Amino acid sequence: MSAHTLPSIIGGRRIAPRILAHAVLLAGSVFMLLPFVWMLATSVKPPSEVFSSTLSLWPSRFYGRENYTLALTTAPLFRFALNGVILCTGILVVQVLVAIPCAYALAKLRFPGRGILFVLVLLGLAIPVQVPALPLYIGLAHLGLLDTYFSMMVPFFVSVFAIFLFRQFFKSFPNDIIQAARLDGMSEFEIVWRIVVPSAWPAIAGFSVFSIVAHWNDLYWPLIVINNVRLAPPPLGMMFFANAETGSNYGALTAAATILTAPLVITFLFARRQFIQGITMTGIK
Amino acid sequence: MTGTLTATGKAGRRVKGGRQAFIEQLMGVGFAFPAFLLLAVITIAPLIALVVLSFTDYELGATDTAVVGLANYNKALADPVFRRALRNTFLYVALVLPGAVLLGLFVAVLVQSRTRTRWIYQVIYFLPVTSTLIAMATVWQALLHPRLGPVGATLRLLGVGEVAFLSEPSLVLPTLAVIGIWQLLGFNMVLFMAGLSAIPRDLYEAAEIDGCTGALDRFVTITLPLLGPTTMFVIVTTSITAFKVFDTVAVMTRGGPAGSSEVLLYTIYLEAFQYFHTAYGAALTVIFLLFVLVFSGAQAFVLERRVHYG
Repeated sequence: MSAHTLPSIIGGRRIAPRILAHAVLLAGSVFMLLPFVWMLATSVKPPSEVFSSTLSLWPSRFYGRENYTLALTTAPLFRFALNGVILCTGILVVQVLVAIPCAYALAKLRFPGRGILFVLVLLGLAIPVQVPALPLYIGLAHLGLLDTYFSMMVPFFVSVFAIFLFRQFFKSFPNDIIQAARLDGMSEFEIVWRIVVPSAWPAIAGFSVFSIVAHWNDLYWPLIVINNVRLAPPPLGMMFFANAETGSNYGALTAAATILTAPLVITFLFARRQFIQGITMTGIK
Repeated sequence: MTGTLTATGKAGRRVKGGRQAFIEQLMGVGFAFPAFLLLAVITIAPLIALVVLSFTDYELGATDTAVVGLANYNKALADPVFRRALRNTFLYVALVLPGAVLLGLFVAVLVQSRTRTRWIYQVIYFLPVTSTLIAMATVWQALLHPRLGPVGATLRLLGVGEVAFLSEPSLVLPTLAVIGIWQLLGFNMVLFMAGLSAIPRDLYEAAEIDGCTGALDRFVTITLPLLGPTTMFVIVTTSITAFKVFDTVAVMTRGGPAGSSEVLLYTIYLEAFQYFHTAYGAALTVIFLLFVLVFSGAQAFVLERRVHYG
């Protein structure tokens, strides 16, 4: 298959390869979109049609109101979404506030321990959160902090990835400007926040996308520290919901899935460019 | 890397005076301190604690704890559940890695050559990356339901009998792998597209003058080698992501049927946080970390030699 479509790669202006490329991409699109389409379709179907095992997409009887009402009354779905917003905001704000000065110091300042710190950052890049999870859990349990927003956020307060990414950006910032600002009597603090940070805006925006997508969708850590349903972020909330008695009610289940998936997907559709740039940035290492 | 470690920094060299150098040191330490402190508390200390725990018989809430040496590791290596989880995880990685990388590259090449419709395909293929996998996993469960889902209905139309994708031991991992590929494909596509757009156009023209006329020819002689660094990065991130598979297993199969989809992280989760075999869970986590380190280390090393840096 690839041999046939490849001629269209580089400036192939003939019609046949282009049609073939579209055909392949559209076939792939069906696979990519099928779950979303099915989710939306099922969420407005009455149970009788869900279980009729026919292949119709649109229901003969619109049942969306009932399904969404049932989903929203069975579980606090908006609360889950709100928890997701709180979680992502809290994590992101601390990550950025901590990473920026550190990245600036690593990029532009000479200070004792800089080499060691950078090695730690590089090592940290290879350690997924599942590794410190167990000791962190024990520590939080001893401090009586399990089942709090804080416990959900704390492992992510320092992002070595953010430090690494920002450092790359700050390094290319001209030293002359920093030096001139110093001579003008600006403090390093002012230099960072008023001169260097505005220039690194694409990196910060890119990282924000990366961080929000990761933490909105993270299940592992909240699953460990959260028992209280009212504190659950979207993935954990969805899991609670699926495990509840509605588990076999596909209409309500897909309605819930739609509500919990929608915020991020809609944000993505509106900020497509930022999302894709953000993800691309993670590839520049 | 080593260059940055030993570099003294241009900003520092310019400052000759003791006072400003001192201020710079002070600011440097001050700026780096919050991050360092958090890193120490959140990552380094837990890492040390984890290794220490793995040599004990500690269980959460227990009053007596003894050092047991390598007992937890020996137990893990002899444990059929753990060995099966390890085997399943590697099988899952082996299924997801080629699919997500090759399809990602293939789609990236096709999408990149589109002009007006590029953004539409980009949105479609990227959509699963932004969607909450747990929610979509429940949808996949419905899709794959042997009697009620559209996949089953299609298979019936084609005359294939009922296929229980998630309850047939030999099918469950491949099914989860397809979902894993579905989730990762768009991410890899975006990375490959960034790599593709960084290749200078005149290289293709130069190749054409040199007699490299076929598109496939150009793809093999120019595109592929110049995509080396991108490909290396995609392979490493994809294999690590696949190695960390957890969400779909936790929601869709819970390791079943009969342990045929039990993967490493799920086993660790059960041992450490469900059965509270804390020390044993710590040992399993250390093994997990070693694999992750070997993955990123070995692949970076091997590929570094073959990759042509443009």
